Amino acid sequence: MARRILPGFPLALGITLVYVSIIVVLPLGALVFKAASLGFEDYWRIVSSPRAVASYRVTALSALAATVFNLVFGMALAWVLVRYRFPGRRFIDALVDLPFALPTAVAGIALTTLFAENGWFGSVLAQAGIKVAYTPLGIMVAMAFTSLPFIVRTVQPVLEDLDPALEEAAQTLGGSDRSIFLRVILPLLAPALLAGLSLSFARSLGEFGAIIFIAGNQPMSTEITALLTFIRLEEYDYQAAAAIASVLLIAAFLMLAVTNILQARALRYTARG
Amino acid sequence: MKIRLDNVMKTFETFRAVHGVSLEIESGELVALLGPSGSGKTTILRMVAGLEYADAGHIYFGAEDATDIPVRDRSVGFVFQHYALFPHMTVAENIAFGMKVSKVRRDKAAIDTRVTELLRLVQLDGLGQRFPGQISGGQRQRVALARALAVDPKVLLLDEPFGALDANVRRDLRRWLREIHQELGITTLFVTHDQEEALDLADRVVILDKGRIVQQGTPEEVCRNPASAFVMNFLGDTNRFSAAVSGGVARLGDAKIPAPGFADGPVEIFLRPSDLGWSHAGEGIAATVARVIDRPAGRRILALTATGEAVELDVAPETVVSAQQKGVITIERARVYAAA
Repeated sequence: MARRILPGFPLALGITLVYVSIIVVLPLGALVFKAASLGFEDYWRIVSSPRAVASYRVTALSALAATVFNLVFGMALAWVLVRYRFPGRRFIDALVDLPFALPTAVAGIALTTLFAENGWFGSVLAQAGIKVAYTPLGIMVAMAFTSLPFIVRTVQPVLEDLDPALEEAAQTLGGSDRSIFLRVILPLLAPALLAGLSLSFARSLGEFGAIIFIAGNQPMSTEITALLTFIRLEEYDYQAAAAIASVLLIAAFLMLAVTNILQARALRYTARG
Repeated sequence: MKIRLDNVMKTFETFRAVHGVSLEIESGELVALLGPSGSGKTTILRMVAGLEYADAGHIYFGAEDATDIPVRDRSVGFVFQHYALFPHMTVAENIAFGMKVSKVRRDKAAIDTRVTELLRLVQLDGLGQRFPGQISGGQRQRVALARALAVDPKVLLLDEPFGALDANVRRDLRRWLREIHQELGITTLFVTHDQEEALDLADRVVILDKGRIVQQGTPEEVCRNPASAFVMNFLGDTNRFSAAVSGGVARLGDAKIPAPGFADGPVEIFLRPSDLGWSHAGEGIAATVARVIDRPAGRRILALTATGEAVELDVAPETVVSAQQKGVITIERARVYAAA
């Protein structure tokens, strides 16, 4: 092996592998093992039951909607925080991390109170005929709340490092604001956006605490997959719980794999050659 | 296209970057804005481009008042110091950018033809499919130039175009830019803090200090006739002495320097290293050699005068001289300025 200047490689790698094994691989392995102890037919029967499928649908669609909402709103927030100087900027910047710091159950209860039909927002929305609490819309709101920081915090540093000369160059070449945004800024933000998007979506798929308070949890309509897993656990049906959880696991894993591929493609220009 | 600046001013918060600058650049001329950092040269260039708005004064392109025309409609080609190439686009896509976003529709074949033509002009044939991260600094700068030229700008503006490059690459690119300018005849204004670059490249040099023009003229005029002590100092190495004039003659050691037109009293005398010679005896300033620096073109002597002032002078490569040697600095040319 080539001699290294930087010290500590064997020790650092050893510690890392041990931690990853204990904290990540072991629990996930146990989950897969438990699910695999079902025969294929049983497994399929559990994961394709109408109640489970309905939970996937509401979870995935809400997560998708929340992620799209965050993509737009998170990027706008990051843009404002990086590009403009205004009183209260630091305060808003700090506020962005709040969904990370706040216990999700607290967030869920707060959102439920706000969006319930007698709540501040809920009462106004009710007049417009929009019901948020105890509907899929409520699930979306909770997901959007808890995963907002991902997009802001991944886009923000990239936006900060973006050389203003690039936009100036595009302007001197006659580019309109729209074409500069679409052809210069957006492609350069794309890798960061994808990273934030995949984290935000994965977090939304797995969110539990904030959602169960606002969702209503009606089987077949507002029951999320994570809750269904929890219900199976409460029933001591560990194998069914593992089977349903494995679907979430596979979905999250596939999604991360796809975004990684997309990200590598968006970054192909950084390859040296 | 002729460019005219009429009493242009710019203030950043509390700092006045440009004080009423008026300047004319003839059509097809290659002009250098030369000055130390903070002299306002880049600000002037950016105002001509429309990347900054002037607080007062007017900028004319030909007969048209361009002061309030937004940058994207001003049709200037701007080359940035650090290239500002779009990293996610290939070299060819970078060059084509201006044509693609233009209000004038061009078909793809026409754009491709123009890109190939420009790649040939900047001698980068065959590199069109590379990304900016995959080519050298000098090549990037040439891509930046091709990109700026692609939209047929009325004026070409370059901000410290060779600042980030190696000395050798810089010299080659300078000569090459001069050739391109000759070929295209486009009015060009560039900013530099490197006097050698300005003198090497420009038809006319505009020297700036603290947001004001202190002298402008051909390289010959500014070199042979620096208008002030600042210009003298800025254009190259100098030795500065304080002396007194009496009867139209200044005395430095036992050398007499004619100072016609100066009243009796204190003056400053500037001597370039090449204006001085080294001799064992004669009229001049008695000095002791402190160190000799050898260079390809000759030897530079660092000497100390009897009164302890450091003097640098250049002598022919054959000169036999070594540290601690005593002798006389002879003066062949001198410039006298009123004491500050």
